Amino acid sequence: MCGIAGILTLKDGVPPSRNELEGMIHAVQHRGPDGYGYYLSQRVGLAHARLSIIDLAGGDQPIHNEDQSVQVVFNGEIFNYVELTAQLKQQGHRFYTHSDTEVIVHLYEEYGEAFVDHLNGQFAIALWDSRSERLILARDRTGIRPLYTIESGGRLYFSSEVKSLFAHPAIPREINLTALSEVFTFWTTLPPHSLFESVEMIPPGHLQVIENGTMKLSRYWDWSYPNEQIDNRKSLADWSEELKALMIDSVRLQLRSDVPVGAYLSGGLDSSVLTSLIKNFTDTPLRTFSIGFEDEEFDESGFQQDLVDYLGTNHTHVLCKRSDIGAAFPRVISHTESAIVRTAPTPLMLLSGAVREAGYKVVLTGEGADEVFGGYDIFKEAKVRRFWSHAPDSEWRPLILQRLYPYLKHSPTTSGAFSKRFFQQGMEHLDKPFFAHIPRWATTQRILQFFSDEARAAINQAVDFETINRILPADIETWKPLNRDQYIEANTLLSGYLLSSQGDRVAMANSIEGRYPFLDHRVIEFAATLPSRYKIMGLNEKYLLKQTMQGLIPESIRKRSKQPYRAPDSQSFFHGEKPLDYVAYLFSEERIRKAGYYNPKTVSLLLKKCARGKALGFADNMAFVGILSSMLVDELFVEQASIDSQ
Amino acid sequence: MSTEAIIRNYILENYLFTDDQSALNSTDSFLDKDILDSTGILEVIYFLEDEFGIKVEDTEMVPENLDSVNNIVSFIAKKRP
Repeated sequence: MCGIAGILTLKDGVPPSRNELEGMIHAVQHRGPDGYGYYLSQRVGLAHARLSIIDLAGGDQPIHNEDQSVQVVFNGEIFNYVELTAQLKQQGHRFYTHSDTEVIVHLYEEYGEAFVDHLNGQFAIALWDSRSERLILARDRTGIRPLYTIESGGRLYFSSEVKSLFAHPAIPREINLTALSEVFTFWTTLPPHSLFESVEMIPPGHLQVIENGTMKLSRYWDWSYPNEQIDNRKSLADWSEELKALMIDSVRLQLRSDVPVGAYLSGGLDSSVLTSLIKNFTDTPLRTFSIGFEDEEFDESGFQQDLVDYLGTNHTHVLCKRSDIGAAFPRVISHTESAIVRTAPTPLMLLSGAVREAGYKVVLTGEGADEVFGGYDIFKEAKVRRFWSHAPDSEWRPLILQRLYPYLKHSPTTSGAFSKRFFQQGMEHLDKPFFAHIPRWATTQRILQFFSDEARAAINQAVDFETINRILPADIETWKPLNRDQYIEANTLLSGYLLSSQGDRVAMANSIEGRYPFLDHRVIEFAATLPSRYKIMGLNEKYLLKQTMQGLIPESIRKRSKQPYRAPDSQSFFHGEKPLDYVAYLFSEERIRKAGYYNPKTVSLLLKKCARGKALGFADNMAFVGILSSMLVDELFVEQASIDSQ
Repeated sequence: MSTEAIIRNYILENYLFTDDQSALNSTDSFLDKDILDSTGILEVIYFLEDEFGIKVEDTEMVPENLDSVNNIVSFIAKKRP
């Protein structure tokens, strides 16, 4: 795991200098504290900050091919490098390291741009072919590792994080209000937008090739669901056996490392599956880490302890208090480089700190299982709403809504006729691919009411639900409903938030690499062929995964309903009714006016409501966290000021 | 302050985040005008119970009682001794 940065001179740009590269790569030192490496030519400069995990002695980057005509810097892991190395050696390639990075240059020699199809891993790659003067920027299939670009003054700058681009004095710092509106709808910007004007992300599963003055962005992989008849000859036992073998192999590959590997335990099914597979099918010593909360509504310590007792792991538990979230939040935003609408990444940053303190650099996490195997409430909710739509006047059909959200203190299903109305939202859009997401997006969009008149006027493209069509495949409307829901979830919440703000960024804040066995592309492709009923049986989510794990995890965990990971939101930023100093400053009329994004009057009323502890629902909490986080982005990145939150 | 004024101000301040009285008619449907989300109505009920000393039964959580300022005013009048 590492950070990468670089500069490519386009037509008439000035050649990159070592000094410029140093400025950029030092800004992402947290991603790779173990050393720097550079490659410099007239056309291109590549820089690398290393976190040593594989081939500790010989894996320094950039890495090159036999005649040094191909150079690569790379952030991530290629898990199948052992098999690829053997295959490439057979094809006549000579290796000078034992690192996973080196397979990239030899695969490129062998297959050209299609090298990426052979990789099983999580990566952001910058590869320079000096013979054809071609730069390739590539990002892994699901968006685990980040990669941003900006074109300015005849050059293309690229880096793992935006702060590294901003380290260069030529790069402007401005929030893109259209992108901010996307966050306040979909929980993430939509590719290629970052939160910042002119800074673009390479979308997951894409390659950008820059050659002869042209830039070509192409997709090499996508979440895809077959329309043809699913193989009904396979029994549940067949599917289950296949899944088990695949998951064992995925875990085995992702445990490859020259440093010890730990695992996160949430108390839910997914992390329990991983720790159980490690314990039962590998010889890796089990070291686990979990987070708990003072607030009972969010805490899963009991289930975490069940699994620790069951598997006998060496375990570290971190207790997160509301005041910890308030104090750590500015640092979180300095890493997310985006507005967010929940505080949930914050405890995970505290947890990665505990992992680092324990002397670990790598953890396996259960992220991705919900998207791959159909675990989210939003999928079940959509199933119920589709069921209801068959007879919209039925009195009893909507009663099934009460089965949803048993874990919420203030559930949207407990307000009788009002909850019916809430879930009826968007019923007229039954055939739209985003049908499932309408209630969530409608609630999130309530934040837009806080925008100032000036901000509204400056938004050049209004964001509505149809905006999502920009990233959807042309034939998605022909897919099965659950598959449509999964696709949108994987390409918004997963890649743009869970793997980014709540994943890579808060782990790398403490130089920790997260690994995601459920996001092995073979697992995703296998699950895409599953009949929907084996994902959600009735309202029993991740049915096949639960069946497969019978006898391998405690029944208390296997049979419990999913509880999404959440953390206290607006309550974390007040002592009694008094906001923390930095919150009071960022919400002050003067500061809000200076930034210009929000209406000071409405923001002050929201602050007052939250201070009184009266913000109970998702909408107010998301508005508060969204506004606070965007003001922090403004303070930290646009104004380049620092925040004292202690 | 009248019951209507108390309720109007509460809705204006807490859901429309404004003190502009013209932003809300007392007959406006909270649902049709998208003023409350699903948990917003629970907050309103907490407020009513706290402010007016009433208890709202599950069966009373229907739009006829709670979906506008006027509906709430009538509902409170019925509930209070």
